[in-house]
Amino acid sequence: MSILIDRNTPVIVQGITGKMARFHTADMVKYGTNVVGGVVPGKGGMEVEGLPVFDTVAEAVEKTGAEASLVFVPPPFAADSIMEAADAGIKYCVCITDGIPAQDMIQVKRYMYRYPKEKRMVLTGPNCAGTISPGKALLGIMPGHIYLQGNVGIVGRSGTLGYEAAAQLKAHGIGVSTSVGIGGDPINGSSFKDILQRFEEDDDTHVICMIGEIGGPQEAEAAAYIKDHVKKPVVAYVAGLTAPKGRTMGHAGAIISAFGESASEKVEILSAAGVTVAPNPAVIGDTIAKVMKEAA
Amino acid sequence: MDIHEYQAKEILANFGVGVPPGALAYSPEQAAYRARELGGDTWVVKAQVHAGGRGKAGGVKVCHSDTEIVETCENLFGSKLVTHQTDSNGKGVYRVYVEGGVPIDREIYLGFVLDRSSQRVMIVASAEGGMEIEDISAEKPDSIVRSTVEPAVGLQDFQCRQIAFKLGIDPALTQSMVRTLQGCYRAFREHDATMVEINPLVVTGDSRILALDAKMTFDDNALFRHPHISELRDKSQEDPRESRAADRGLSYVGLEGNIGCIVNGAGLAMATMDTIKLAGGEPANFLDIGGGATPERVAKAFRLVMSDDNVQAVLVNIFAGINRCDWVAEGVVQALREVQVNVPVIVRLAGTNVEEGQKILAKSGLPIIRATTLMEAAERSVQAWQSDSIGEPKLRAVK
Repeated sequence: MSILIDRNTPVIVQGITGKMARFHTADMVKYGTNVVGGVVPGKGGMEVEGLPVFDTVAEAVEKTGAEASLVFVPPPFAADSIMEAADAGIKYCVCITDGIPAQDMIQVKRYMYRYPKEKRMVLTGPNCAGTISPGKALLGIMPGHIYLQGNVGIVGRSGTLGYEAAAQLKAHGIGVSTSVGIGGDPINGSSFKDILQRFEEDDDTHVICMIGEIGGPQEAEAAAYIKDHVKKPVVAYVAGLTAPKGRTMGHAGAIISAFGESASEKVEILSAAGVTVAPNPAVIGDTIAKVMKEAA
Repeated sequence: MDIHEYQAKEILANFGVGVPPGALAYSPEQAAYRARELGGDTWVVKAQVHAGGRGKAGGVKVCHSDTEIVETCENLFGSKLVTHQTDSNGKGVYRVYVEGGVPIDREIYLGFVLDRSSQRVMIVASAEGGMEIEDISAEKPDSIVRSTVEPAVGLQDFQCRQIAFKLGIDPALTQSMVRTLQGCYRAFREHDATMVEINPLVVTGDSRILALDAKMTFDDNALFRHPHISELRDKSQEDPRESRAADRGLSYVGLEGNIGCIVNGAGLAMATMDTIKLAGGEPANFLDIGGGATPERVAKAFRLVMSDDNVQAVLVNIFAGINRCDWVAEGVVQALREVQVNVPVIVRLAGTNVEEGQKILAKSGLPIIRATTLMEAAERSVQAWQSDSIGEPKLRAVK
């Protein structure tokens, strides 16, 4: 098992005719992902990379049985596309798009909650690199070859920092069950806590690696959750120890505003919850290797 | 994006929020003239800068005559106002706002923000107006009233009434308070704001509710649908390097160290800065060049980093996923040939085709210091910077 996606998960790509989307669709197919089609309004009937294009997500789901969707739609229209996926019965949606207005995301989240829990779509992102279950399926834009198949579950906000962690693990010969990017935006589909819960329940995941950064309450919320509900060892790293207070560092979300939002406070809160915190980004792999050895 | 107080007041007034009569001026004479137009015998002259804490920094003055207004303005215009919210350079004053004096009965703090916990719009209010919200929450946490807005139906009147009662507003003014809160919410919602802050919101001696100050910040991601808000951008209030970077699609924040950073991805950029600090150095900047590290972007990044005179070494850290290392390496080599870089350059590449990338760097003949791990890159950068700053034999990348 892995979380969220598997070898058989049928995937559609929303906005598949765009240059980026085409490139990554080909890459996902090459990786072995079960991509079954795409959606672009007004381009139904076309083919991209040998895959059928539909006008609506509902039609794509009806004709292909799609269960997961990857959204590559430009920012002004992305929120609409996510809601269309939720309405069409898609179970899991990854939104790559960077730059969606925050108030659009507030509406998306509210819209998703109109469905009862068992029918509610799971969203990760926006502004993320995607999700990969190594050796099984890739739903996103990450380079598949840096991930070995294994038992570490990775969840993080940043794309390239997640790659850094995976590459360090690979250097140790350690593999990954699933790696999930939750994105850097202030309003996101899934929080650390949501993903931690899935890793805790997943038999293939033995150790969890959480990569946070300054700004926002989600690391502190995750710490509270870990303390009470997570039995598996958790290793964390928090980026931004040197970031000055009150400045935004790239990610719209990374603004320091309340207690528990600076990197050092997050490190403190996570440590108190029993999480092993890697002191710097260069030793994420070493720290996980050590924790795995101790757990074995 | 931030706007000035007078602009925020104009927007809020259009949504029914009460504001004192006021007028904008670009010169001391104009300020005096506009005060006379407004009438009365007491005016408040306020420097228009994108920062809070103006009062304590001397940017807000009460005046009682033409001469006083002209004198105040002569000191303000062209000066740099340094407040606790600006850096040590401060923000330039090029406009002042002249407002009629208002008899104040009590002051309230009112803020609308995007709350990341509830993932909704949250109203924060306190009966302790005039203070910074950070101080209020530290000193009198119980005085803070919070309420979140259900996105499907928007702010409800009952919520506004609750806030009014909790703040102890005179019951006769409840409707006026509801109108103020609804006006702020609609302005927030309809213009894609990320913050509306009125500090203080005052109850006047003649029982009116007025916004004495106003700050609005807008979601940069939503400016595409608000061209009239984009027009309010004032570049004189931005760090010139940061706005130049933003215009080129790069995300840059200038800091005070000596090691320039060029990194792809915000999280990795912060991690790189952390590692530099750990190795004993100080980063000169945060710079995220985004996903596609094309040669053009790398060249732009070098120009930007080198425009900071404090930079004594440059660390390039690129984790190439989709964009291969060989391609990134060619970009770095090309950029170093185009841009005058007279400090040591350290390059760490990782990811797809890393060996080819290293070969290209080695073959280029440029004095690039290579590193394979993040820690090694940071250590070599600090070493290069130290040897450079004490005048030892230098490894330099020159055009």
